[in-house]
Amino acid sequence: MQTPGKTMALTLSDVTIRLAGRVLLSVSATVMPGDVLTIMGPSGAGKSALLAYIGGFLDPAFVASGAVLLGEDDLIGLPPQRRHTGILFQDPLLFPHLSVGGNIVFAIPEVISGRDRRRRLAEEALDEVGLGGFFDRDPETLSGGQKARVALQRVLLSEPRLLLLDEPFSKLDMALRQQTRELVFAKARSAGLPTILVTHDRADADAAGGALIHIGAETKS
Amino acid sequence: MHSRIGTGLKVILCLPVLAGLAGTLLPAFGYLPTLGGTQATLQQFEALAAQPHILRSALISLVAGLTSTFIALTVVATFVAGFAGTRPFAVIQHLLSPLLAVPHAASAFAIAFLIAPSGILLRIISPELTGFTRPPDWLIPNDPLGLSMMSGLVAKEIPFLLLVMLAALPQLPVANARRLMTALGYSRVSGFAIALWPLLYRQVRLPVFAVLVYATSVVDVAMILGPQLPPTLPVRIARWLADDDIGTRFLASAGAVLQLALGLMAIAIWIGVERLGRICHQHLSSSGKRLVGDGLLRLAAASVMAVSAAFIFIGLGLLALWSVAGLWPFPDRLPTSLTFRTWDRALGALAGPLATTIAIALLSSLVALAIAIGLLSRSAHRSADRWLPVFLPLLVPEITFVFGLQILAAMVGLSPSIATVAALHLIFVLPYVLLSLGPPWRALDRRYEQIASGLGKSPLAILLTIRLPMLLRACLTAFAVGFAVSVSLYLPTVLIGAGRVTTITTEAVALSSGGDRRVIGVYALLQALLPFLGFLVASLVPQLLFRHRRAMRI
Repeated sequence: MQTPGKTMALTLSDVTIRLAGRVLLSVSATVMPGDVLTIMGPSGAGKSALLAYIGGFLDPAFVASGAVLLGEDDLIGLPPQRRHTGILFQDPLLFPHLSVGGNIVFAIPEVISGRDRRRRLAEEALDEVGLGGFFDRDPETLSGGQKARVALQRVLLSEPRLLLLDEPFSKLDMALRQQTRELVFAKARSAGLPTILVTHDRADADAAGGALIHIGAETKS
Repeated sequence: MHSRIGTGLKVILCLPVLAGLAGTLLPAFGYLPTLGGTQATLQQFEALAAQPHILRSALISLVAGLTSTFIALTVVATFVAGFAGTRPFAVIQHLLSPLLAVPHAASAFAIAFLIAPSGILLRIISPELTGFTRPPDWLIPNDPLGLSMMSGLVAKEIPFLLLVMLAALPQLPVANARRLMTALGYSRVSGFAIALWPLLYRQVRLPVFAVLVYATSVVDVAMILGPQLPPTLPVRIARWLADDDIGTRFLASAGAVLQLALGLMAIAIWIGVERLGRICHQHLSSSGKRLVGDGLLRLAAASVMAVSAAFIFIGLGLLALWSVAGLWPFPDRLPTSLTFRTWDRALGALAGPLATTIAIALLSSLVALAIAIGLLSRSAHRSADRWLPVFLPLLVPEITFVFGLQILAAMVGLSPSIATVAALHLIFVLPYVLLSLGPPWRALDRRYEQIASGLGKSPLAILLTIRLPMLLRACLTAFAVGFAVSVSLYLPTVLIGAGRVTTITTEAVALSSGGDRRVIGVYALLQALLPFLGFLVASLVPQLLFRHRRAMRI
């Protein structure tokens, strides 16, 4: 898995997102490896658009500018598949046509070759989050919390260089939310990934423990 | 992106249509070097005008097209207005959707077997109610007013229009509008008509035009159910085209120009009807009329829908029965014996055309599917399938440009083959494949692909490993739709095949004049069954592949 030494700080430099000429948000920040930057704001404030800009799939309706630097590399010039941005959405979005293990094997980088080796890695990853023996299961038969853990391991095994979290806990119930939140942050920290979390849940921000940026006019805090 | 898909579509769909039109128009004005015509002249139009009853032929086509489209649209609209979101709606929808796959020719035969003087309807009430012991000497089908033809067209247009409206409905605020209009005291039908119809009609307008143009220029249905003395204009053009005499080629091209004018006239009249409809709609909206007693109207619409479906289903059953009938004298309701002799005799001659039909349908629909996937994956989430270029081949009467393409093909020395016929079919198949695949393509949650690209996968890898597998069922359904369209194409196959490429469809329609019911039964039944094979594959393959994947089985 990821060694902390390889990761680099993420810098957002004057990142501005506009919709129909109106400035939705403007952010400058640096996120150190293992740290979490939390961005809070009401829906429609452009939080997800910011993540989409970093990930490389911003809807053409938005106009964005500014640099997103990982160490010295500007991500914006790279095609999405070469940015290695691990994303977790509200929904786990496991690929429904693959098995649970298939979802994880799919994510393992190509340089790790050999069918058995890839399968073993995936099995270990499932074991780690208490899903040992789930390799051949149909994702649809998993509970919400189990799906969320598979989605997390899928993202981590792809060896991302940064982590983008788009309200990934909002659909989980209270107890599960707490547990999953801790797991995700612990994993991100141990992998040394600079992480950006967008949310409108104050508890998410508190648990993340890092810097907090409010965006949007109607922000309450 | 937008312009790239536009260009692609234009080249694939518009170019052949426009080239074909040119190939038709030039000889109509005397230019056809291969046949010795190099001078501009209006001679062919004089010759056309001198044809007996040509005006009557043209008028019947025009009236049949307008009337059948109007009736089908009214029935389907009333039905949707009265029942959308209810149980009977789901039932009738399920009853009607398979009818979409039944080729026009097969459903026309089905209706003919039902309503003919020796058909089952009259047998059921004879001789007790009618006193007939021999089939009466009625001109049905093929009645001079084209009523049987119109009923055949209505029966085929209803499932198509229903499907098109079903595809548009989810984009309308149906539930909200219903609640509001009910609260204001409007009945289902009037509430729907006032609040939703203009929005719905805007979405289905192009398909309605396509139906209208098709109905005014249809050949196979008109040959089977239409008037004979004189036949409709498209049938006469097709006969002239089949004639080896060079002179009739010029005549045919002049006829094709008249057909084009007829199509434009039909659209112009329809636009007039739309205007009138808008005025009526404004009156209805501002009058405050609630039309609370709409029960009868709803019942009528649902009945017409159900009866038209039942007609074709029973008719298909009759085709099957005739194909194995021994002696079946009038007015017996059932054959006196059953035999496979007809099948035995027919199978030898049938094997070739059957294989050709399947080869052409496979080829054209697979290529169409590949092109559709290519176009859609470039256009991202834009609705490429709602564009005029997609509908162009469906908005121009096929006879007017396919004829031109035939001439162009002959000029460049392309001889009729399975490949050339399949290439031509592609023009008609691709729009339907795009229409079928477009909505599920756009409906797929784009975050799956965003996740995959975050995992480091290239766009091509994402297409192959995520999008296409997840859309497997939609792709196979689009393929089956294309397959069904190809199987049902009559005129384009006859014209480009030039008698050397024969399909089950061309053979079946050719039999219509002979009138051997048993043989017709075999051919029309097979023609009707072929498309279902495609849909069977489309539903079985995902079931099998994804039997352990619950979310993929819907």
